[in-house]
Amino acid sequence: MRAVRGIDLDIAPGETVALLGPNGAGKSTTIEMLLGLTRPDAGTVSVFGLAPERAVDEGNVGAMLQTGSLIRDLSVGELVAMIASLYPEPLDVHDALELAGIASLAGRRTQKLSGGETQRARFAVAIVADPELLVLDEPTVAMDVESRRAFWSAMRAFVARDKTVLFATHYLEEADAYADRVVLMAAGTIVADGPPTEIKAMVGSRRIRATLPGADPAMLAALPGVTDVDLRGEAISLVCSDSDVALRALLDASPDVRDIEVTGAGLEEAFVQLTHEESAAAPA
Amino acid sequence: MSSTYMRLELLRMLRNRRFFIFSLGFPVVLYYLIAGPNKNNDDLGGSGISAPVYYMVGLVAFGAMTAVLSAGARISAERSTGWNRQLRITPLTTRNYFRTKVLTGYAAACATIVVMYVAGATLGVRLPARNWIEMTGLILVGLVPFAAGAIAMGHLVSVDSIGPAMGGTTAVLAFLGGTWFPITGDGVFATVAKCLPSYWLVQAGHVGLGESAWGRTGWLVVVAWTVALTALAARAYRRDTGRF
Repeated sequence: MRAVRGIDLDIAPGETVALLGPNGAGKSTTIEMLLGLTRPDAGTVSVFGLAPERAVDEGNVGAMLQTGSLIRDLSVGELVAMIASLYPEPLDVHDALELAGIASLAGRRTQKLSGGETQRARFAVAIVADPELLVLDEPTVAMDVESRRAFWSAMRAFVARDKTVLFATHYLEEADAYADRVVLMAAGTIVADGPPTEIKAMVGSRRIRATLPGADPAMLAALPGVTDVDLRGEAISLVCSDSDVALRALLDASPDVRDIEVTGAGLEEAFVQLTHEESAAAPA
Repeated sequence: MSSTYMRLELLRMLRNRRFFIFSLGFPVVLYYLIAGPNKNNDDLGGSGISAPVYYMVGLVAFGAMTAVLSAGARISAERSTGWNRQLRITPLTTRNYFRTKVLTGYAAACATIVVMYVAGATLGVRLPARNWIEMTGLILVGLVPFAAGAIAMGHLVSVDSIGPAMGGTTAVLAFLGGTWFPITGDGVFATVAKCLPSYWLVQAGHVGLGESAWGRTGWLVVVAWTVALTALAARAYRRDTGRF
């Protein structure tokens, strides 16, 4: 079985890229190839111009894999120091713990950490090399909301040091909130690649909601730029291919329209639409 | 190799209660139970050496085997938690990873040796310095096949079964190696025993009898097991990780 088929992806230094896709889309395989844990059958992977294994040896890449727990019988500080000792120019252990937001847990044994704390300790392990590229494979899976927020603020602190980050996720909000570029994968290929706003725009639709007494559905459907009309009492909801044109026409046609609200279609809608198109097109 | 890495790996071992129980506690307690009542037996079961010397080395063999094989248990555990994959994305080479694990196992084995020698001395074991050194040297060499075996088992056996697998292997090898009673004669039992690396560990106690404790057969068996288990370890590692 092929998990990944002919993907071509360039990431520039300083970008924060979300690799987004449903389970089985090929996110983890892509990441494993990037880290040298798996070799592609064909094609090349290069990280800062080096083979992945070399980039790893030089300390240019840090990663948090999807699965994995910590070894026991060490404190968090000792564990991070252990990994730091393998690198030529690591961060100061205390700084790494500080960045991961777990400086207060330095003395705690790894087997006594909660799930969220373990993930942040793994994050500290990933960044202690002071890598230029940080790779995170679904880092917040199974975390509660609070831990997730703490985790992302730790990641932001690290990104602020001019680092490149690639993270895989299937949480759309995370891609939307923390990435400046989203790569959408489905069935082993890249189906979309661009800023979150652009991905949403690819689906093309925006929605206008408003209150309009005595609305006439036929009139609304005839407005330019409107593709679908939903009417509930006085509340109208218009799905638009061009919301700017539609809104101007609506204001001209019905001056008493009020409470106007224009929203982009969610990344979720884009996600479902784009990944479905791809799965349908992909050979079984 | 980083000394911090090695130091922390040793620290992990010292914090592990099982190490104290199985590699140190067990052998010492059993030693006093078995050799204590036979303290004055100068030629144990035709072995040519006294009971305190014989059982001292027999239980060193038991404890040191356990200590070195436990490196395999640690490898298996780290595989199951995914920690070894995390290590693969660091500059730590496979060679240094194994080196650390084996050295840690050896450090534990050395602790067993020291503790057992002290226990031996309390039961009246007195040997010339030259014999202590030769005996220790033979034991350390005799543990090499076990280190290779530990790496092989660490990659072949899942973490769920490694405890029983190690315990069973150690028990059988200790029994057939002569930890509990001297194996003499030319019967099938003795012939099988002489083909096992554990037998030669126990035989290290025969230093100072005017002849070499191992002889050609001993060296041959230890070298053969080392070669075979190293090949098995390399194969198991490749099969497990898909790396060459």
